[in-house]
Amino acid sequence: MRDFDYQIVEDAAKELYIRALCDLPPDVREALRRAHEKETNPTAREIFEAMFRAIEIADEQKTLICQDTGLPIYMVKIGSGFPWNGYEIKTRLNKGAERATREFPFRGSSTHPLTRKNPQTSVGERLPVITFDYIKDAEVLDILMVPKGSGSENMSTMKMFYPADGVAALKKFVVDSVFESGGNPCPPGIIGVGIGGTADLVMRLAKEAIVRPVGQRNEDPQVAEMERELEEAINAMGRGPMGLGGDISTLAVHIETAYTHITQNPVAVNTQCWPARRSRVKIHPDGRVEYGY
Amino acid sequence: MATYHLQSPFTEKEIRRLRVTDTVYFDGPLFGIRDLTQIYMFDQKHIPPVSLEGMPCIHTAPSLRKVNDRWEKVCVGTTTSTRMDRFSPDLIGKYGVRAIIGKGGLYEGSLEAMKKYGAVYLAIVGGAAALETQQIQEVEAVYWEHLHPEALYKFRVRDFGPLTVAMDSHGRHLYFEVKEEAKRRLPEIYQKLGVGQRERG
Repeated sequence: MRDFDYQIVEDAAKELYIRALCDLPPDVREALRRAHEKETNPTAREIFEAMFRAIEIADEQKTLICQDTGLPIYMVKIGSGFPWNGYEIKTRLNKGAERATREFPFRGSSTHPLTRKNPQTSVGERLPVITFDYIKDAEVLDILMVPKGSGSENMSTMKMFYPADGVAALKKFVVDSVFESGGNPCPPGIIGVGIGGTADLVMRLAKEAIVRPVGQRNEDPQVAEMERELEEAINAMGRGPMGLGGDISTLAVHIETAYTHITQNPVAVNTQCWPARRSRVKIHPDGRVEYGY
Repeated sequence: MATYHLQSPFTEKEIRRLRVTDTVYFDGPLFGIRDLTQIYMFDQKHIPPVSLEGMPCIHTAPSLRKVNDRWEKVCVGTTTSTRMDRFSPDLIGKYGVRAIIGKGGLYEGSLEAMKKYGAVYLAIVGGAAALETQQIQEVEAVYWEHLHPEALYKFRVRDFGPLTVAMDSHGRHLYFEVKEEAKRRLPEIYQKLGVGQRERG
């Protein structure tokens, strides 16, 4: 049985949080650039230009792009080819997130839900949000980190429709959710949609949808077509960057699906703001770490 | 759509010249406030120890660091304004604030006060704290320190912006107008998606 030093996971958890806050993924940068090119509204164009300056300053000074350090989410994929210790991983991710907060240092945004006391650690009861999934035959430990900001998270919606309402009701729900949220989630970002599953799974599908690289289509052609349709519909509303008017209100709509109950028709919307932050690491059993997005 | 470079504190005349969709940059003092600051001021009736006459106020809970007796900026961003709407008319009418800076706008009552007294809402680009922080030259003072990070802050800024005039002193409200236009477009958008009248929700 090979030994693995789980300190590596803790250090990676800290590094992931900081990277995600300071360094926007290349696909997000490119999507914002393309959006700026297409935008004709002068106010909206100026807003994009301010976004690019913020990104530039964050790059130069290795500092936070947005002040909302968010709630830490770690999506872990465990390769079945190595006996990874899930409990160790969970514990280390928690410590790593706290160390990022204390050592960088940055403002912690976690709080007790009733007393509203902020421990200034970014973690707490049931935080970080950690999900586990498994990859067949690989040895690697793949961790994706999302510091989820509150402006966008507060715009989350979910509804349990009847099958008789059909797919049209789901599309209308997505459009209506985006209409209601206006400029609050700092658009244009990524709109994640979940369809199917149970009430909790559908919300999780929507969250998984926002971490996909911008514009990467769902593999199912019918779902991919819905993604395109909804992007067009949302941009047609004309809310624009920061809800101040413009051609581009979203960079992409991503949909994730799951089988559901024969009498259920669930849909969920989770929005990611324009600084669509995420970071990723692949950890190998020999201790090698590869950072990416 | 005009661009203005102003100096704070602002006069009524220059604020009344601004129109929705104009862009503003400014130099000078800027006061940071948030929920607790205003609860302290208005609900708990504490008069600010400094004049806010003609001043801009920004909705923020800044991340600062105290080094000896001085405060240094770490990361300063802007928060959503709507939850602080109920304080804004008094901020304008009672204390003479001429510009409220935030994201998302304020409601009718604040728009009325802006028209009456000559004030505007300037929308900042949310999520661009890196830019905002750089434009703050120094943290001149922190009043009511015990409320930190929701105290009353005096920043000195240079070329602060771009700020979009989203609510002006002539009754225009850009967020409302954009929302109304989106609402007008919805029937055609629904039709294109194949959404009929039958659909629930």
